[in-house]
Order: sequence, then structure tokens, then C-alpha cells
Amino acid sequence: MTSDSSTRSPFSEAQTPAVSVNIEGLSKNFGDLVVLRDITLKVESGEIFVLMGPSGSGKSVLLKHIVGLEQPTAGRVLVDNRDATDPATREQVRMALVFQAGALFNSLSVYDNLALYPRENRLASEDGIQEKVMRALQILSLEGKAQKFPSELSGGMKKRVAIARALVMEPQLMMYDEPTSELDPIMSATISEIIATLKDEYHVTTIVVSHDRDLALNIADRVGILMGGKLAAIAPPAELRASTDPRIQDFLNPRIDLKNPRFKHLET
Amino acid sequence: MKQLTNICAGIGSAVLLLGKSIGHAPTLLRQWPRFIEQCYLIGYTTLPIVAILSFFIGSVLALQAGYSMQSFGAKEFIGSLVGLSMARELGPVMVAILVAGRVGSAITAELASMKVYQEIDALETMNIPPSRILVLPRLAAVLVMMPVLTIIGDLVGWLGGAIVSKYTPFIALEPEKYFETLRRFMKFKDVLNGLEKAEVFGFFVVLVCCSIGLETRGGPREIGASVTRAVVVSLILILVLDYFVTKILI
Repeated sequence: MTSDSSTRSPFSEAQTPAVSVNIEGLSKNFGDLVVLRDITLKVESGEIFVLMGPSGSGKSVLLKHIVGLEQPTAGRVLVDNRDATDPATREQVRMALVFQAGALFNSLSVYDNLALYPRENRLASEDGIQEKVMRALQILSLEGKAQKFPSELSGGMKKRVAIARALVMEPQLMMYDEPTSELDPIMSATISEIIATLKDEYHVTTIVVSHDRDLALNIADRVGILMGGKLAAIAPPAELRASTDPRIQDFLNPRIDLKNPRFKHLET
Repeated sequence: MKQLTNICAGIGSAVLLLGKSIGHAPTLLRQWPRFIEQCYLIGYTTLPIVAILSFFIGSVLALQAGYSMQSFGAKEFIGSLVGLSMARELGPVMVAILVAGRVGSAITAELASMKVYQEIDALETMNIPPSRILVLPRLAAVLVMMPVLTIIGDLVGWLGGAIVSKYTPFIALEPEKYFETLRRFMKFKDVLNGLEKAEVFGFFVVLVCCSIGLETRGGPREIGASVTRAVVVSLILILVLDYFVTKILI
């Protein structure tokens, strides 16, 4: 049994406390370009939080701050009450990020991609690693692909392998960067189902950055909408659907207006 | 001013990378397969081109020396001239230039591509420092392979000089005489100094190429730009280091 506040390992009965993420007054500039402006939000332990927003609104940059790949210009990010920029945080809290393009190592087979984390961090014997890798592949229905190389896989399979690789880390915090981009609608739905299932079965705190409205409104506990580097809204999907804010409605239900096309009014 | 800032930032990155890589040195034993793979890539795959170029450099040296020395009857000293030039200067510099062009460019392209396609970020999120698994085995491998390549380059260059000296009509120097003067005027220290230079050049070439690869930002276009920068910086570095190392060793 999994208690409400614990993350369960996919490979054993071990349980670890689920983690929360606190973002406090986070701002990020790249030179003169302001990407994030004073973002404050809390992702509760064990929830699926989906971050949406137009392209270039800073969603992926925010994700990189949570995993400690970027340094804030101002403010801070706390993962399980530990500073995300502290390298020790990554050793104390198991965080996995599924990158937009998968970021699989092209020179390694699927098996070795999954085995890399436990092998390099000496977390298990070779037999133990094999057991974990095969279990992760089985969870994602990829049993027959262990010896394939990333270049031999379809886009959807690459995403599933990337998720399986993240799963081998037994994460307490799982992050997905555009997990359904470049996929057909059926495969997008499959990935959404995988994300929701992993969260339900293992109680992993999940943050998803996505443009995918169907994913956000169907699997999220809460949705945040980032516009121009600022949080325009945070609400459960039902509330968001009912929002009267014209910007939110325009983002969630964009109308194709051929008489007055948007691109004519875009800022250069 | 911006150029100067970039140069300082580049030097800083390389120094930091070196520090981190040295910090992971105790893990080298368990990275044995990676180390062997890099020895193969740096050493074995570079060997044919080192041999070909060394042979012809030795040949040209003998030809030029024979042409210049015949007028004052000193052509029996061709062996010592080719021997010393190859061992002290041309061998290590030429091998380093080949390593920069062939191995350094490949290292930068691979690491820059891994950076652009977020594989480096993926390693960091998995708590696997790139300096440990991508840089350290390459630095260790180049330290082992540079002396090997340089020795082979020297030997093949000497041989090229001997063959040209024998079969060029206006030189017609017997190999026994050629190698006799080569042995007479060369000391073990001359070869050793060349190997020391090769070690320094190879080490810094690989360090710079790794650093530039890992610092790549942007898209696929920047991979090409990084490779060009890495090769240019490496070539400049080899010649600058050559002056200072030679000054120290003389």
C-alpha cells in the first residue's frame, strides 16, 4: 500500500516521502532579455502540475531552474525545502527530467541508456540493474527494444524510452518537457496516459510543461499558464475552462480568424 | 573588449574543466573500457596518417639538407639533421597538429552535438558529471598515446630520410653512414624532450577541444562553429606552447 505522502518505487516495495516544489519570486534574465518575472508558485507533493503557455513564454527555462540546470537572476527554487541550485539537492532528492527530444545517448543501446544512471552512480549490481531496466521497459511496453539504438526508434518510442530511463531513477519528482510534441494524436494520448498512470501508481510529484491542451485538461490536478514570463493563472482544469479572462480563453480555445489573422498584429 | 571577455571566459572554462576532471581521477580505473576506446580512437586511428606524413617530412628534410649541404661536402651529416629536427621539433609538433585536426575536431563535434541535443543536460540531471565520463578518459588516453605516436612518427621520419638519402643521385648516402651520424649527434634527451613537448601539446589540445564542445550554445549551426574554433585555437596553442616549452627545455 502507498501512503498518500509517499512515492513508491516501481522496482520494490520501498517508499520515500513525496516531494513538493516551492518557487519564490523567481526571475531570470538572459542579458537584456527578461524571460521570467517574479514567479511564485507551489507544486504540492504527489500532484500533476501542468505548465502551459505560448512559445517563448519561459516554461522550459522554469523547468531547468527546478532541476538546477539554470541559476536564477532573483528569487529561489526549493525542492523538498532544499535549494535547487545546490548540487547536493540532486543527490538527496531523486529528480528526473524527460527532455523534449528525449536526449537519449545515440551511441548507446536502449538497454545501456537505461542502465547508465544506476551503473555510473553504482546503485546496484549488474544483475540488479538488468532487473530494473527490464522492469522499466516492461512498464512502458518496450520489452523487445532493449538492444535497439535510438536512431532505430520512432518518435513515440523515443519518448517512451526517455520516460523509462527517468523511471529507472525511481524519481520522487518527475518532470516532462513537451512530452507530446511532434507526436500524432493517438501517441499524444498514450503519453498522457503514461504520465497519469505513473503518478497514480507510484505517487510521483509530476510537473509537465506542454502546449497540449488535451493533456493539460485531462490529467492535470492544476494548470498554470505562463504568459510573457509571468504567471497569468493557476487553477484546476475545470476552473480554467470556466475562466472569463479573455487571454486564457483565447489561449485555450483559439479561433482561426481568416478575416483578421493574428500574425498581422504580432509584435516584431 | 567583447573578444577579450570571450577569451578570458574560455580560459576560465577550460581551467574549471581541468580541475573537475582531475578531481574525478580516482574513477579512471573503473572507466577502463572508455579509456581503452579513447586510446584506440586517439592512437590507432591516427597512426596511418602520422606514418605517412612523417615519412614525407623526413624525406623532404633529407632532400633539402642534401641539396644545401652538397656544396660544402657535409652531406654525411644529413642523418643528424633529420634525426634532431624530427625528434626535437617536427615530430611532436606535426603529431599534435594531426591530433588537433583529426581527433580534436571529432571530440568537439561529438561533445557540441551532445550539448545541443541536451544529452549533457541529461547527464547532469542523472548526477553523472560530463567531466568524469567524457573528459577524463580522453585526457588520460591522449597522455598515453601522444608519446607512442611521436616515437613512431620519429622512426618513420628517420627512415624516410634514409631512403631519400640513398636513392637521390646527388646525395647517394648509404644508410649505414646516415644512421651512424644520426646516432653520433643525437642524445636520448633529444628524443625525451620531444616526447615531453608532445605530451603538453596533446593534453592541452584535448582539454581545449572538450571545453569548447561543452560550452557550445544554440543549434546545429553552432556545432560547426565550435569545431572551427576548437581547431583554430588548438593550432595557435600548439605553436605558442611550442615556443615556451622549447625555451624551458633548452
